[in-house]
This record gives sequence, structure tokens and C-alpha cells, in this order.
Amino acid sequence: MESSPLWKRIAILLFCGWGILAAAPNLFYGRVEGHNDAIAAIDLAGGTATPELEAARAEWPDVLPSALMNLGLDLRGGAHLLAEVQVEDVYKSRMDALWPEVRDVLRDLRDQVGAVKSLPSPDGVLRVAITNPDGMPAALEAVKGLGSSVVSLTGIGESTLSVTAEGTEIVVQLSDAEKLATDERTLAQSLEIIRRRVDEAGTREPTIQRQGVDRILIQVPGIGSATELKGLIGKTAKLTFNHVISRTSDAGANPGPRNLLLPSLDEEGVYYIVEESPVVSGDDLVDAQPSFDQNGQPAVSFRFDTTGARAFGDHTFDHIGQQFAIVLDAEVISAPVIQSHIPGGSGIITGSFTVEDATQLAVLLRAGALPAEMTFLEERTIGPELGQDSIDAGKRAALIGMVVVALYMIASYGIFGLFANVALAVNIALLMAFLSTIGATLTLPGIAGIVLTMGMAVDANVLIFERMREELRAGASPRRAMEQGFDRAFSAIMDSNVTGLLVALIMFWLGSGAVRGFAVTLGLGILTSMFTAVYVTRLIVELWLDWKRPKTIVV
Amino acid sequence: MAWRLRLVPVTTNIDFFRLQWVTFGSSLVAMAASLILVFTMGLNFGIDFRGGTMIRTESTSVVDVGAYREALSTLELGDVSISEVSDPTFRDDQHVAIVRLSARDGEEAVTPEVITEVEAALKAVDPSITFPAVESVGPKVSAELITSALWAVLAGTVGILFYVWVRFEWQFAVGTVAALIHDVLVVVGIFSLFQIKFDLSIVAALLTILGYSVNDTVVIFDRLRENLAKYKQMPLREMMNLTANETLSRTIMTASTTLISLIVLMIFGGDVIRGFVFAMLVGVILGTYSTLYMAKNIVLMIGIDRSDKLKSTEKNEFANVDA
Repeated sequence: MESSPLWKRIAILLFCGWGILAAAPNLFYGRVEGHNDAIAAIDLAGGTATPELEAARAEWPDVLPSALMNLGLDLRGGAHLLAEVQVEDVYKSRMDALWPEVRDVLRDLRDQVGAVKSLPSPDGVLRVAITNPDGMPAALEAVKGLGSSVVSLTGIGESTLSVTAEGTEIVVQLSDAEKLATDERTLAQSLEIIRRRVDEAGTREPTIQRQGVDRILIQVPGIGSATELKGLIGKTAKLTFNHVISRTSDAGANPGPRNLLLPSLDEEGVYYIVEESPVVSGDDLVDAQPSFDQNGQPAVSFRFDTTGARAFGDHTFDHIGQQFAIVLDAEVISAPVIQSHIPGGSGIITGSFTVEDATQLAVLLRAGALPAEMTFLEERTIGPELGQDSIDAGKRAALIGMVVVALYMIASYGIFGLFANVALAVNIALLMAFLSTIGATLTLPGIAGIVLTMGMAVDANVLIFERMREELRAGASPRRAMEQGFDRAFSAIMDSNVTGLLVALIMFWLGSGAVRGFAVTLGLGILTSMFTAVYVTRLIVELWLDWKRPKTIVV
Repeated sequence: MAWRLRLVPVTTNIDFFRLQWVTFGSSLVAMAASLILVFTMGLNFGIDFRGGTMIRTESTSVVDVGAYREALSTLELGDVSISEVSDPTFRDDQHVAIVRLSARDGEEAVTPEVITEVEAALKAVDPSITFPAVESVGPKVSAELITSALWAVLAGTVGILFYVWVRFEWQFAVGTVAALIHDVLVVVGIFSLFQIKFDLSIVAALLTILGYSVNDTVVIFDRLRENLAKYKQMPLREMMNLTANETLSRTIMTASTTLISLIVLMIFGGDVIRGFVFAMLVGVILGTYSTLYMAKNIVLMIGIDRSDKLKSTEKNEFANVDA
């Protein structure tokens, strides 16, 4: 077998060179991070840079690669939340919103169906009684008419509503296809809103991912605690304007069907009974800004879109002199009396706010309401000091491990051990280069994975060198022994690494969080170590043989 | 001849089957003992698998577990465990403890109020205390994590079984997987015996052990396949010994470089990953042992059909590249 052709050698060297260059930013983590942040800040400012930003940018040359490995929460510190979205909430609000429509269509059929009454029913189901059973078919027909076709890939053609008759009662709920489609939308909307809220808080590289059917994983580095994060995203921020029926101080008062008893936010012991179906909701908002009322108190001004504005205008026109309640997350912020018709679709929310409250409320309203509540299944807070300790410990272990393994290899294989060490160093550089380029997240188990890779990566070289020893003992020439050593060991190297890769894949596929990070490091480490052990070591040994042309070699 | 560090002589002629009933028997006993331990003593599950809250405390004054327990006893938290953590990487004035609260029925995650109460109570005992990590896992997620962990280990094993079967013979696959089960089971048994905290990272370690152990076994099998083609008349038992002796130097060498890395991690890597590293350490030792004394025994017991399959290995795409 001939020695490797020139193009192959150059390709290998170029690849190694790229690896070292691309890994380099990680050695100057702070500086490169400052550089990247400065570029982002300059971009955001539309290309104008302050002297400080320019200085931060100059810390790292623009021409060099600047991708970094992301540090995981366990290394940087931050908060991790796993939330489950209560998708059923949406079924309920859909049914609540449907009741006035159902009432109106049935009222138009009063001659046939008689009187119409809404009955108490489980969440997500609307139960309506009619007094004239003969009108049932017409009533069903009319209510069915309120549904539309499901908009989804699988449920096309099905109605959004499932309407059935039980005696003199009509039972309305979302059809199964519509429930599925609704769940999809709820999750997508929740993701988007959480993302907007976290982004408004301006933290670095948050991870916001959907997991499974109804879960969302939120990881925010640098935030103080999971509780703080929950404060930011956990609020549903559901804003509605409801018609007030009465005001009471009895916490146990029975509000009646389709009505709600809600506590007042700032008046202790005061409750309002309001209609459950809102006049307008936060969904109809187009803008919300912190502002001040006539008395100079902090307030939030808002503007409705056209539908919202029309509904709000009609309501205020019909109910002059009556109260309406501004409800945020099931608490009444304020309940002003309608003084006059408000046609313009804009208004102001007053309450006993501080400026911060008003600002936060405006942010939440602007980002939109979460369509459903969330429960938190898992929450983790890691302090930045613990993360720094882990980085230090990991670095120390990696460095010492590398030195000891290197010495051991030289002691065992002499100059060939040295060659293997060069390959090992290139391997670590390549691994870091890949992790940076794909933007993988380095976690503490990931660092353990790198240290472990160092121990296991020399395996391929050990296999090759042991094979070379055998060939030499059998009387092969140095060159022949090298070729045989590399070629014959290849089958074993391949088999053992493929199984390792298989395990890494399975870990990635089934694992979560830190286990996944570990799997990525381990898998990439196997790939890079195969490359360096086989190609890089071989190239070095070939170059050495060409240069020295030894008559005999000792491995 | 230049000096070389050699843990294994150039040529060895160890009969790995001489004490096969002792070695194989003790492996079986260890496996059975591990199973019994896991079922009687159980595992000391971390919050990942049991649900609950873990609070890591750090203070400049010495940890007084008794005082901590006293302070928390009035809060009616249910099952509370407090343990001090010591580590050579800690500074002199760094005193760390782990407080674990069990999950309460019907609650998905420990409420922030409870955590605030606990933190306040501990602060009253030791004003310099800080809480570098607070983690809560609800019972719903922990149950799922157990299932997915079991699936991961199972899928890993099946995947390996399949790969070895395709690349070698089914007898080899059975031998490999028996060795893997041995390694994983005994590691779990040791975790049960010493009641070491068993969490998600340990599962990652178990999977890595699978990878390491199979790597080790496959290298020997690869050589065995080569020898099967080379020496058609040699009895299987003799050939296995020859193969193991030929690859012994490599087996020991790789085990030792890996062990070196692990020992370094054990000493300098900090307490957060110590459990993981310990599992790996035990696993690598077991993996090396089971390669030499377990996997081959099983293949020998089943026997290999050497009549027709040999030619097919010649055509193997990776073997005999120089042929």
C-alpha cells in the first residue's frame, strides 16, 4: 500500500487547522463573549457604536471564528422550569364565549323552543335547557350552525362543535378533532407568549422548547431563581372587561349560573359578581402602555382593535350608569361606572398601581395573555457561584487528566505515545470546535464526557500500536508494520466505536437535559477520536517514517 | 530495545478458563446478590426519580446537621434528609450540605412558599448560609423519568445485541449482552449496597458503561473472528485463550487510561459529579473483568458453528483490508 496521497494529507491538515482555530475562542471565553455581545448591541443600535462597545468588539479579531460553546445552566447558573399547559382551560373559555351566541340564536327561535336557560355543567361543556321539547331538532340545527370546519391537517371537514340532545337539554362541547387542533394552537401560542415575555426581560440565550403534547421547557441562564422566572412567565395575564351584576362583601355568595364571584384586588373583603362571558378581552388589545391618570396616579392606557372597539362601544352605549369590571387573572383591578358612550376603543386602567406595577402590567398585556394556565412540574435553580466552581473543577480535572494520560502514553509507547498525544490534543480541539460550531450546550456531565473521551480516545491508538508491535515481532519492516497495524486494527476500531455511537444516539433520543448534553459530547467525541486516531496519527507516523527512514523501530 | 512501561509481558499464556467455575460462578453470585439487594434494600433514589426538592446549602461556618434538623422540624415538611457534603476541591471555609424534602401527595412541585420557609428557617440557624442550588421535581415527571431511564438502558442493550449479531454471530451477541447485563446489574447492586444517591446522571453512567464494556468485548471478538479464519483446526477453548492473551496488553492499556481519567475526575472533578464518576469507575473495572471472564465463557458454552460461516467473514467489508 502506498502512503497517503498529497491531497489527502493536505485535507487532513486543513481540517485539523480549522479545528484548532474554531476551538480557540473557548480559551478566551470572556473576551469573545464580550466581542459577540458588542456586535449584537451595535447591530441592535442600527450600526452606531459607543466607544465602550467598540473597545469590547476589538477584544477579539473580527476575522477569527467567534462561535462559543454554550454553557449549560449547571455551569452558568440560572433557572429551569418544566411547565404543563392546562389545555382544558381553553375548552372552558371557548364554551363560555359561546353561550351568548347560543342564547341569541335560540332566542330567535323562541316560538319553537320556548324559554332558554343555561344549566350548571362541568368545565368545557355547555348545557342549555329549552322548555319546548318539540323544538329540539330546530334548536340542534341552529346551535350546530354556530360551528365551523376544523382547521387542521387531520380533521378537515369535521365540525368544531359536538352538539347532542339529552331530553330537553342541549349539550355542546368542542369536537375531538377541534380539541386536538385547539391544543396545538394553545401550545404554539403559549410558547410564543413565553418567548416574548422572557425576551422583554432581556436575558441571554433562553431556551424555550415544546416537549411532548402539552409541556414547555424553559431554561433561562443568569436569572436569579426559578421563582423569579415563574413570576415573569407564570402570570396568565388574562385581561377581560365584564359586566358587573352586583357588589358584595360575602365571600360565599352564590353568583348564579354563568356568573362569577371575583375578589377585588385592592379592596379587602369586597367581591364582585360579574357575567362570566366577557364583553371584550385582552385578545382584542393592540397596545398597552404605562401612563398616568388625571390625578397623576400610575395607570395603564390601552387601545382595542376594531372588533374590540365596536363591542366595547356598543356595551358602553347600552349600559350607561352601570358598572363594568376590569378583571386580570380572576381579580377585579377596578370597577368604574360607565359615564358615557366610549366609541374610540381606547381607555385607561386605573388602580392602586406603583410605576413598576403599571410597567409590568403593560408588558404582560402587550405580550398577550397565556391562553391557559400552567402548572410547574419541575423547577431547578443553580446559582452562578456553584456553576463557576463546577467549571473550575472540570477544567482542573480535564487538564490533570490530559497530562497524566499523555505521560502514561509516552511511557508505554515512546515516540509513538507522543504521536498519539498530538492526535489526542487535536481530538480535543476538534471536539470543542464542533461543539462551538453547532452551538451545543456544555454541561457538567459534558465536561466529564470530554475527560472520559480522553481516556477512551487513546484506545484506537493503543489498538493500532499493539498491532504494530505484533507485526514487528513477526518480522515486518517498519513501513509494512505501520500499514498492517493501521489496516488490521481498523475493523476492531470501527466495531467498537459504532457500538459506542449507538449508545450515544440512544442516550440522545431517550434522554433529557443533562443526559442529552452528555450524549452529544460523547457521540461527537467518538467521531473525532476515530478521525484523529486513524488519520492524524497515521499522517504523523508516515511523515516521521519519510523523514527518519529508520531501519528498525520500537513501538 | 528502548524502555517501555509494560503492565503486561510481551507474550502471556494465561488460561482464562482454568478457574472458570470460580470466576463465572462468582459473577453469577454477584448478579444474584445485586438483584436481591435492589429488591430488599432498594435504591437511594435522588429527586429525579422520587420527586421532591433538593436544596444545596453553602456556608462559611461548619454545618451542624442537628441544628438544621431542629430548625426544619417545626415546619411539618414530611420526610426530610440532611447530609453534609465534603470534597477535596472545597475551600477551607466552604461547608456544604444537601437538604432533601420528599414530594407531598397531590402536589406537582414543592410550592415556592415552602422553599422560602425552609430557607428562612436555615438562615435563622446560620446567617451566612446561601443556597447555590434549589431543584424541585414533581411526582409526575419523576415517574416518567424512571420509565424513560429504564427504556434507555433497555434500548441500549437491544441495540447492541442487534449490532453484534449483524456484525458477528448470534452466539457472540448473547455473550456480549450477558456481560453487559452483568456489568450494569452489579453497578446497580453496589449503589444499592452502599445506598449511594441514584439519579439521572447515574443512568447516563450506566449507558456509558454499556458502551465501554461492549467496546472492550467487541475488540476481543473481532480478533477471535480473525483467528477463527486463521486456525481452522484449533479447539475453541484454546483459541479463545490465544485471542484473549493476544489482546490482553490492549485490554489492560485501555482500561488503565480510562481509569486514570476517571480517578482524576473523582479527585478533582467536584462533588456534583462524584456519583457519576464512581459508577463509571466500578463499571470500567467490571467491564474489563466481564470481557475476559464472562462474555467468552458464554460463547464457549453455546459453542460456535465453524463449518459454513467462516467464508462469510472473509467477505466482511472491514476485516482483512490488506487481503
